[in-house]
Formats: sequence, structure tokens, C-alpha cells
Amino acid sequence: MIEKIQDLLPQDLPRRPRRFGGIALQIALILVIAGLAYGAIVNVAQNLARAHIASGFGFWNNTAGFDISQTLISYSASTSSFGRAFWVGLLNTLLVAAIAIVLATVLGFVVGIARLSRNWLVARLAGGYVELIRNVPLLLQLFFWYNAVLKSLPQLHGSVTLPGGGILNNRGLFLPRAEFAPHFSAVLIALFVAIAAAIVLRDWSRRRRERTGRLIRIFWPVLGLLCGLPLAALALAGFPLSFSVPHMGRFNVSGGVEILPEFAALVLVLTIYTAAFIAEVVRAGVLAVHAGQTEAAQALGLRSAATLRLVVVPQAMRVIIPPLTSQYLNLIKNSSLAVAIGYPDLVQVFAGSVLNITGQAVEVIAITMAVYLSISLFMSLLMNLYARTTAIVER
Amino acid sequence: MSAIGDQFLYVRGVPADRLPPPAARAGVLGWLRTNLFSSPANITLTLLCVLFIVWAVPPLLRFFLIDAVWSGADGDACLASPAQPQPGACWAFVRVWSSYFVYGFYPIGQRWRVDLFFLTLAFGIVWLLRLSAPRRDISACYFFIVLPILSFVLLHGAPLIGLSVVPTALWGGILVTVVVATIGMVFSLPLGILLALGRCSEMPVVRLFAVIFIEFVRGVPLITVLFMASVMLPLFVPEHLAPDKLIRALIGVALFASAYMAEVVRGGLIAVPRGQYEAARALGLGYWRMTGLVILPQALRVTLPNIVNTFIGLFKDTTLVFVVGIFDFLHAIEAARADPKWAAPTTTVTGYVFAGLFYFVCCYGMSRYARNVEARLTRSGRR
Repeated sequence: MIEKIQDLLPQDLPRRPRRFGGIALQIALILVIAGLAYGAIVNVAQNLARAHIASGFGFWNNTAGFDISQTLISYSASTSSFGRAFWVGLLNTLLVAAIAIVLATVLGFVVGIARLSRNWLVARLAGGYVELIRNVPLLLQLFFWYNAVLKSLPQLHGSVTLPGGGILNNRGLFLPRAEFAPHFSAVLIALFVAIAAAIVLRDWSRRRRERTGRLIRIFWPVLGLLCGLPLAALALAGFPLSFSVPHMGRFNVSGGVEILPEFAALVLVLTIYTAAFIAEVVRAGVLAVHAGQTEAAQALGLRSAATLRLVVVPQAMRVIIPPLTSQYLNLIKNSSLAVAIGYPDLVQVFAGSVLNITGQAVEVIAITMAVYLSISLFMSLLMNLYARTTAIVER
Repeated sequence: MSAIGDQFLYVRGVPADRLPPPAARAGVLGWLRTNLFSSPANITLTLLCVLFIVWAVPPLLRFFLIDAVWSGADGDACLASPAQPQPGACWAFVRVWSSYFVYGFYPIGQRWRVDLFFLTLAFGIVWLLRLSAPRRDISACYFFIVLPILSFVLLHGAPLIGLSVVPTALWGGILVTVVVATIGMVFSLPLGILLALGRCSEMPVVRLFAVIFIEFVRGVPLITVLFMASVMLPLFVPEHLAPDKLIRALIGVALFASAYMAEVVRGGLIAVPRGQYEAARALGLGYWRMTGLVILPQALRVTLPNIVNTFIGLFKDTTLVFVVGIFDFLHAIEAARADPKWAAPTTTVTGYVFAGLFYFVCCYGMSRYARNVEARLTRSGRR
């Protein structure tokens, strides 16, 4: 008779071997990587010593000695340090990225929604745009806009004068610059007051609607508030605002604010290119909202605008935002192509000029990469926070 | 009862024939009405689009086809003259420079080797990517092992078998673009698979290294990776081992692409149902046999469209090797358009449009393939 289950099993059942393989593999991996790193460090030290290149970050405070064509903060070749040049480059990168992100988002949403249009021609045109732009390398598009379009604008003597006092030629776009007198802060304060009042007004109208069920349209009052209050402040303060209009000199354009052709080409290309990808993201997001949601909203009596605003967009945004963020990151990374046309961004100034002058490749490349890496990690952190707040609470 | 029966004098026994839909809803007119003119807003949009097309297309056609200059020995042929007051695209420029665009400075007598390389590569790609091709396991061996060795022997040369050495400084144009893209593909897929397995591994050290590598590379622009490969790599190795400029760029591209490939493969690994892992374990398969025989074949099949899409990105990104001074197709265009002999206002545009056509045809073809595979996978229920 069988008493225990063990009696059924053969007595000399081989025991499962304990797995040391995993731990051995991990130790081996650590050793190999440590060995490679050690070898690399030794080689770097030898190679640098042979080439008489200093190491460490001592160069940061040395005088840079090279010019930068666009500086958002004060910078001069003869007195500013390499560290200052780094900040100039980083700010230029952020400026291009910020402007291109705003424009690409607008264009991308328009094209993405156009691709879903019921109008056949509109959908086809938008689709053609997306296919064309996505399948041609960004660098080629950059060269096209910079070398073939912007460089073939008229020369200084044939400059185009734009309405409002702008001047356009192949050296750039020159626009009037606003110059603020001290009293201008009054206008800013008025603007803040107007915004605060608008928020209060909106909350009041919402509460009232909840209580009485009656809808009060506040669009026009809010618009009047937002425009009227700052304008009134402007008039009261005696128009503390003047424009410095660019005017043609013999050899160059003086006055006004100058937009470099490199900057314009970069913003244009990053906008056009990223918008094509954002359009796909938007399309996928809108398609991800189940048709039943729209039908249910209509069955509840919502009009099409309200359906869009209250039902479709909130759900689509949850799908759109994560890939949209990664497109923004791509845009920031792609802005490094500036180096190919000589726009002074972080890579061109720091990994280009500073690297060539100091020769300290390891430190310079490490700093450059660290900057992009921190931007990426910061954005993914924000993204994760967003994903957590908007996650559907499952029952 | 009969009263009710009397009300219906006649009840049809068979269904009536279907009537055609109203004329306004069928045929060309109906299509136009529903798709272009369904509402005032739509009519406005349609008219705007038509205006845009009328404004944009004829000048483009005139510039690139009708007024284009198709033959000529130098830039003068593309300049404005009494015979052609407004010359169009300078295709003569592309014709004269075309062999330079394809081979760069590769010696003319040896160019058959490049042609042979293109052929073997095309053969490998077709064999690997046609889902109905026979023995696709051998094709993988061919593509990932035989082809790299064969192409190195062909392109670089092997004095032992009578092929003279052609230094990489002479390679250029589409040849270099294709070499960079192919090497990126051939190395990034196996590396990416290893990294993805590492990231999904249960061993903390392996996972940590894989995550650090993947997130680091994906967090920085390709240009900085290329800069690192071109200026830092020579410092990392003893001086006499410093690799050739092209090899350095290739290493940079391969490492960069493998991080992206790893994420794509990981997506495939996640898509394989848990039951498959458990079934493989239950059958007594160890880790490597479970991965190689059960998990990876399914994961790679599911993610094939994404792999192709990553490859499209890689193919477009090969243009960035321009920045570290490699002579790829785009660089060849830049060099050719700077030639003073061809200094005509239209050559730059023509060169770029030609390059754009090349990249568009390649990338669009690949994306169509990816979409076909995706549709097939969806139909067969494997998602």
C-alpha cells in the first residue's frame, strides 16, 4: 500500500542543481566592465599626457577668446570665460527648442486633425505632408531651407522691406524691437490683475451655473478685461513703449532685433519636421477614443463642440501626451543639428569651438551629454508624474 | 378575422428588387457630395485646397520637368540665356555627378566590387524580409554573418585573393550611406536583442547595466554620440590601435541604434503572453532555449514592423555622419554643389531634391513594407 506520495517517486531523483550561473555571470560582467573602464582610463591618461593636453575642469574659468553670433546674455570674446560660452550655447539651444516646440505643437495638431477630416482633399493633403516630411532626413531638410531657400533671399541692396518696418535679406530678418520705459511695469501689473479677475469671474459663473442651472456667457467680458485693462494702464502711464525700427546702412542693417538665418532655418525645419510626427501622434490619440464615446455623448444631448471638448479631447489627451513629450525630447535633441549650419547652440559652441580650442574632449563631451541627459530625465520625470495623475482608476 | 383579411387585398410573396440609391448619393457625384461638398465649411476647405494646388503644382511641374535642363557639360547650361529665360531644375548636374554620388572617390576600375556589394546586399534583404521566402533561418545567417565578412572583403579588399585594398577615405556617396545603414542594422539587432533580454533579466546587475546603457544613449543626441566616437574613442585605446575615421563613426551609429532597437525588441518581449514563458518552463527548457526557441521568434515577429520603422530612422540618421566629416551621400551633394564649374542658381535646389527623392523612395518603400507586415499580423490574429 502506498502511504506517502514520496513512495511513488524514484528514490534517486536527481536534485535540481543550484543555480550559481546567474551570480557568476553577474560577477563576470562587473569584472569585464570594470576592466574595460580601467583600461580606457589608463589609455586616456597616457594619450593625453603624450599630446600635452590638460585634464580636469580648470578650463571652465579660462578666457574663451572666440565670438558667438547670437548671445542672449552678455558675452564678449576677450573677457568672457568658457563657462560663460557654455551658458550662451545652452540658452540658444533652449530658445530654439522652446519656439519650435510651440510652433510644432500648433502645426502638428492642425495637420493631425486635418488628416482625420471628412473632407477627402484636406485629409489627402495632410497625409501627403506627413509622408513627405517623415521620409526625408532632417539634415537634408535643414540644408534645403538654409542653403537653397534662405541663402537665395535678396542681398543687402535688394532687401525686402516688410510692412511694419521689418527688413528681410539673406543676412537675416530684422524686426522692430520694443523698448520699455520704467513705467512699463504698470502695464504688466494690470495684465496680472486682469488675469486674476478673469479667473475669479470664471469660477463665479461656474458656481452660479451649478446652483441655478443658468449659463452666463463670460467670453466677451473676459476678453474685454484681458485687453482693456492693460491698454488702459498703457494709456495712463503715458505709453512707456517705443519701437526701435531697423534701418538700412551702407554695409549692414542697424537697429531693431536681428533674427539670424541659421536661427530661422533651424526653427522652421524643427517645426515642420516635428509637426509631421506630432500629427501622427494626434491622429492616433483621437482614433484611440472609442466611437461609442462620441455616440454616448450625443445620446446624452451634447452638441458636437461640447462632445469634443468634454468627451473626446480629455480622453485623447491621455493617449497623446506621453508620445507628444517624447517628440518634444526628439526636437530638443534634433536641435543639435544646428552645428551643421553654424547656429551657435550648445553643441556648436561647446562641443565644437570650446572642444577645438581646449582639446579636452572627455570633459567637454561629458558635460554636453550630461546636459541633454538631464533634460531628458527631467522631462521623463514630469511625464511619469502626469501619467500617474491622469491614469484611469480601475475598479 | 375575415375583416382583417379583407383589408389586405394583396400581400407580396417575394421581396421587391432593391432600388438604386438616390443619384445624389451614388457614383462620382455622390462621392463628391459626401467627401468634398457636404457642408458650407467643407466647400470652403475644398476650394482653399484646390486654390493651393493650382497655385503650387504648375510652377513646380514647370520648374522640375518642363523648363528643366536635362543635359549639359557644365553650369553654363543651367544659366539663364535668351533661349531659356527662366531655366528650371539642373538635372544635367545630377547626370554628370551621378557616378560620384554613388561611389565617391572609389577607383573607377574597381567599381564593379561596389556593384557586386549592392547586389549581394539586395539579395540578402529580399531573402530576409520576404515573409514567404524559403529557409529564412539561413537567410539570417547569411545577412548577419556571411554578408558583413563578404562585404568587407569586397569593399576593403583582400590582397590574398587579388583584390587590391581601397582605403575607406576613398569611399563615398550612396556607398557610404548604405554601408553605415547596413552596419548599423547588422550590429544593432543582435546587440539590441541582448540589451533587451538584459533589461528584462532577473539578474539585478545585468538589468542595471542594460538600463543605464539604453537610457543614456536614448537621452543624448546622435551628434554627441558621433562626436564622442570620433574624438573620445581614439583616446580610449592605445595609440597604435586608434581606429579609422569611418570605423569610429560606424561604432557610434551601431551603439546608438542598438539602444533604440533594444527598446523595440523589449516591446516585443512584453507582448509575448506569460503563458508562453510558463509553458516553455513547464517543458523543462532552460533560459537560453526558452528564449531562443519560444520567446524570441514570437517577439521578433510581433515587433517586425517596429524594427523596420527603427531602421527607417537609422537610415535617415546616417546623414548625420556628415557632421564628423564622413563622406556620405549628403556630403557628396554638398561637395558637388560647391563646385564652381556648376555655379548656377538652380544646382543647389536640384541636388537637394534629387537627394530627397532618393531618401524618400527608400524610406517610403520600407514604411510600406512595415505597414504590409502589420496588416498581415493583424489579420492572422497575432497582435
